[in-house]
Amino acid sequence: MKRDDMVLTAVGVVILGILVYLAFDGPQKFFTLFAAGVALGAVYALVCLGFVVIYRATGIVNFAQVGMVVFGAFVTYNAVNTWGWNYWLSMLFAAAVLAVIGIGFERFALRRMTGKPVFSIILLTIGLYLLLQSLIGAIWTNAKDTIPNPWIGKTVSIGSVNVLQVDVVTMILGAVVLAAFFVLFRYTKVGLGMRATAIDQEAALAQGISVPAIVALSWAIAGVVAVIAGTMLGSNATPKVGLGLGIAAVALQALPAMVIGGLDSPVGAVVGGLIVGVSYEMAVGYQTQYIPSLGSNGFADVLPYLLMVLVLLIRPSGLFGAREVQRV
Amino acid sequence: MAGGVDRPILVVSDVEVVYADVILALRGVSLEVPEGAIVALLGANGAGKTTLLRAISGLMRVHGGEVRRGSVTFAGQDALRLGPVKTVRAGMAQVMEGRRIFAGLTVDENLRSGAFTRKDKKAVAADYERILELFPRLAERRKSAAGYLSGGEQQMVAIGRALMAAPKLLLLDEPSLGLAPRIVEQIRDIIVAINAGGTSVLLVEQNATMALSIARLGYVLENGAVVKQGTGAELLADADIQEFYLGTGEAGRASFRGLKEQYRAARTGSVS
Repeated sequence: MKRDDMVLTAVGVVILGILVYLAFDGPQKFFTLFAAGVALGAVYALVCLGFVVIYRATGIVNFAQVGMVVFGAFVTYNAVNTWGWNYWLSMLFAAAVLAVIGIGFERFALRRMTGKPVFSIILLTIGLYLLLQSLIGAIWTNAKDTIPNPWIGKTVSIGSVNVLQVDVVTMILGAVVLAAFFVLFRYTKVGLGMRATAIDQEAALAQGISVPAIVALSWAIAGVVAVIAGTMLGSNATPKVGLGLGIAAVALQALPAMVIGGLDSPVGAVVGGLIVGVSYEMAVGYQTQYIPSLGSNGFADVLPYLLMVLVLLIRPSGLFGAREVQRV
Repeated sequence: MAGGVDRPILVVSDVEVVYADVILALRGVSLEVPEGAIVALLGANGAGKTTLLRAISGLMRVHGGEVRRGSVTFAGQDALRLGPVKTVRAGMAQVMEGRRIFAGLTVDENLRSGAFTRKDKKAVAADYERILELFPRLAERRKSAAGYLSGGEQQMVAIGRALMAAPKLLLLDEPSLGLAPRIVEQIRDIIVAINAGGTSVLLVEQNATMALSIARLGYVLENGAVVKQGTGAELLADADIQEFYLGTGEAGRASFRGLKEQYRAARTGSVS
């Protein structure tokens, strides 16, 4: 066992111990927070997956992903609220729109930057994010604070624990979409093409794998998962996120989740997302009780970044990031 | 194919390649691969062998190179217009220099990636079995990450992956590079076996003995131009080839300084 593995195991055991203690101390509060954390984690996982597929295909950390999450939420909102469409149909429509936007970004903006310094490319993605954000401000001036949905304010009781129905929907939807992605990624020819392209683009081309098509597909997938994440966040009524530019702040917290999981690992995206989601909700619920010296609130927003730094110190490539396969 | 007129499967005609708009890498290269033949392409480092393969397979643009002049005809099609993906679909597969296997994927996945352009699942499955018979070592290690295999095994993965495309023409770039002599012999036998199955082969090699021993035709490239061509046997017997590529001629026993001077003279002579 390598040293970083041992340190990580030790950290994991300590964290698990804390969670078990909290669970026995007050099961109802714990599991309420835990359910909310898993739902939030599912959203993070979806946003992360969007980052990861594009990073793998092109080597770029795509900040436009954050804008796509918010924009996707507003497109769904527009279909549901303004046009009166069915909720699911609206989400499907938004997914199609964002897939097209993603492909468009790649085709007409990022492809022109091929071979330019990575820094310039990342700045361009930040520019695209700001473009989407200002479009939202211009188009939806008087938006409601939630995407209208059938579950607002309702909870479902599991034992003595009350869970928001929206959170349950988020968990199920997140699980289904992530599972679908993994089937595509692991067991289909296209998935093989995606994995091969991530390792060596030229060698992939030499096998007749169309790298431009794989890159376009990656952007489309990023668009689809952005819509689902954004719509779920936007459907969660206040005091949670709700519909608004605040979604961007949440989507940005997927960045530490991605770094924790490993930039290039879809499994890492899910694990990182869940870690950040659960720890965020735990901090919201327990920090003022156990560590009041850290202030009355706000620590929860810092925690994901602290965890990120901790993981980076122990294993710079993230929990599941590729430590290159090579013979020794 | 004795007696009959060989229809070439690949015709390279007067190809000139420029990198980054200024560096002239190929200056009018012409060669032919007859259908069903093994053709050897010899030359020192930097002679332009890999560049020529890139021009043929359509991977030139990835490297910022451009074919300025000439034509490449593969099985009657203009290969320069096909691009890398359609070239593979048309029946040309390439084993790149340095093997370039997908290290993080399993042997199995590497092989399957070679069949990416093919639709006929039955034929692919049959080829897969055939390739595992050709490389029994790979059958044993199907589920391991390809990056953990030995150099020789990795070369077999690279060749097997290319064969999964069911190519009419196989381009091999330095398959013997960095391998032990015993493994080089194995690779040579494999190339002969592949060729016997009906696949034409364009073999780029620095190991001229190996290449010429199995090639019907050979070309020698220097400074981006063909300086010699002939049958494999002719080239093996050629005094210059023996001196500069086989190390068995008179100069092979002369002092190193003498060899270098002769080489330089021959090289400058060939350019003008």
